[in-house]
Amino acid sequence: MTNEQLNSGNPKVDIEYRRKKSAEEMRYQIISFAMMIFLTLVAFVAVGYDGFSGWFTIPFILVLAGVQVVFQLYYFMHMSHKGHEAPALFLYSGVFVAFITLLAFMTIIWW
Amino acid sequence: MKADEKFTYETWPAAPEKQTLEGKNKFLGFWLFLGGETVLFATLFATYLALKDSVPNSEMALAKDLFEIPLVFIMTMLLLTSSLTSVYAMYHMKNFNFKKMQLWLGVTVLLGAAFLGFEVYEFNHYVHEFEHTFTSSAFGTAFYTLVGFHGGHVAFGLLWFITLMVRNRKRGLDLYTAPKFYVASLYWHFIDVVWVFIFTVVYLMGMVG
Repeated sequence: MTNEQLNSGNPKVDIEYRRKKSAEEMRYQIISFAMMIFLTLVAFVAVGYDGFSGWFTIPFILVLAGVQVVFQLYYFMHMSHKGHEAPALFLYSGVFVAFITLLAFMTIIWW
Repeated sequence: MKADEKFTYETWPAAPEKQTLEGKNKFLGFWLFLGGETVLFATLFATYLALKDSVPNSEMALAKDLFEIPLVFIMTMLLLTSSLTSVYAMYHMKNFNFKKMQLWLGVTVLLGAAFLGFEVYEFNHYVHEFEHTFTSSAFGTAFYTLVGFHGGHVAFGLLWFITLMVRNRKRGLDLYTAPKFYVASLYWHFIDVVWVFIFTVVYLMGMVG
């Protein structure tokens, strides 16, 4: 899944290789999109179906959202590629502060 | 490599968005910004969750009275699909195909505009049918701030794409314009990331109760 520049010295070989790489990447992205649509449908059906209690549905749809966001970040936003160490640091720092913020607001107001 | 150097399909680098120092800096700086955006939206989500259904009297609409599955589902599909079309645009950018990139960005803009249209309808519906307004309750304020901020991001993203497409329509792709398109598409994906949490936390959890 790397998308680095190649320097084999032979442009034809390079282009062939790149074409294969980007076709492969596109395949991963299509699979990601199919998974995202599927997870969205499951979440909507779980909420629309009356047989589940909120104690099951809410954690379940939150997990589905988390998985879907991983697809978006790693395949659509290319975080699975090399050279994304700093972006990952920035994003996860943001997620860490986000988690503390949510925890603080919800414990202050609810208890 | 100079930023305004002319390229062909053969000489176009595999990662054009990071070939120049400016491109690299843009990429890094933009991800730092997205980390900050994550915190911004977290504060709005936290406020919404804390104030959800906080209304002054029992006659006012709660989350479960307001939200309906079909509208949210259509909006989700529109935004999710627009995320895929901007992936297509970047695929063509990497293959040095400016026309196809512009075409798919155009499709992305149309899908985003349709999403915004539905959101305007939705807000209008809540205000007129349920008297659920920005100032009617703490719930209303938290709801419109969170969802409205996201809608504002969508509107900004649309203007950003349109500006890039119009401004560079004759210049085409080079190492100066490629990072601009790339960063705008990252922003667009991030908007979809936020929407995934909005449709889950605000709408679906709101309908559960």
